[in-house]
Amino acid sequence: MKQNETHISSYSSLATVLAILLLMTTFSVLVTGWHLGPFTVAAALLIACIKAATVIINFMHMKFESLFLKILVSGVFLLFALVIVITFIDYLLR
Amino acid sequence: MSGQIIHTEHTDSETGKLGMWIFLFTELFLFGGLFLVYAVFRAKYSAEFHTAAAELNAFIGTLNTVFLLVSSMTVAMSLTAIQTNKPKLALFLVTVTILLAALFMMNKYFEWSHKFEYKLYPGSEVMRNLPHGEILFFGLYYMMTGLHAVHVLVGMVLLSVNVFKIKSGKVSSSHFLLLENSALYWHLVDLIWIFIFPLLYLIT
Repeated sequence: MKQNETHISSYSSLATVLAILLLMTTFSVLVTGWHLGPFTVAAALLIACIKAATVIINFMHMKFESLFLKILVSGVFLLFALVIVITFIDYLLR
Repeated sequence: MSGQIIHTEHTDSETGKLGMWIFLFTELFLFGGLFLVYAVFRAKYSAEFHTAAAELNAFIGTLNTVFLLVSSMTVAMSLTAIQTNKPKLALFLVTVTILLAALFMMNKYFEWSHKFEYKLYPGSEVMRNLPHGEILFFGLYYMMTGLHAVHVLVGMVLLSVNVFKIKSGKVSSSHFLLLENSALYWHLVDLIWIFIFPLLYLIT
C-alpha cells in the first residue's frame, strides 16, 4: 500500500488540463450554435461528461488515488447514471 | 506527467479524504434529483423550454464557466504549492480562487437582478402569466443556479478558513488535508456548473 505517499501535480500539467477544459467549453458553445436538432442535447451532454471526467481525473487527483477510491468513485458515478437513466426511461414509457 | 513522490508523516488523511468523497456523493445526488426533474419537464414541455432558455444570457454563462474552470486550476495549484512547502504561493493561489469565486457571484448578481427588473422571479405577476412550461423552466433555473450559488458561497468560506490556517501554519506541507478537502469541494462546485451551463444556457 502506498498510503503515506502523496503525488504532487506539476503546475504545467494543471495548466494543460485547464487549456483542454477551455477548448472543450469553446467547442460546446460552437456545437450548440450549429442547430443539430435533437443531437444538440446529446453533443452538449457528451462534452460535459468528458469535461467532468477530466476534472475528476486530473484536478481531483483520481489518477493517483488508491484502487479502493477509484472503484468507489467509479461505482457511485455509475449508480448515479443508472438512477438518472432508468428513472427517465420509466417516465418516457409510461 | 512526471511527478515526484514525497513521504509525509502518518495522519488519517486517507480516511479524511474518503469521508469527503462520501459527502460529495450525497451532493451529487442532491443535484442529480434536480437534473432529473429538468430532463422530465424538458421532454414534456420542449417548445416552452426552448423559448424560455433563449432568454438566458449565454455570454454571462460562458464567462462564469471560465471563472470556475480557472479557479479550479488555481486551487489545484495551491495544493501543489503547499505540498512543495511554498505557503506564500499557496496563500496567493487560494486568494485568487476566492476572488474568481467573487467574480462568479458578481456576475450571478447582475444576471438575477436583471431578471428581477423585469419582474421575472418565482411568484411574480409576470411569471404567473407565462405558459406552464416556461414557469417550470424559470423555477428550475432559480432553484439550480441558486443552490449552486449557495455552494459557491460555502466554498468561499471554506477557502477563507484555509487562508487563515495557511497564515498560522496549521495548514502546511505536512498537514494539508483541510486544503485538499476544500479543493475537492471546490472542484465539485465546478463539476455541477459544467452540467448546469449547457443544460440551462446553451441548449435552447
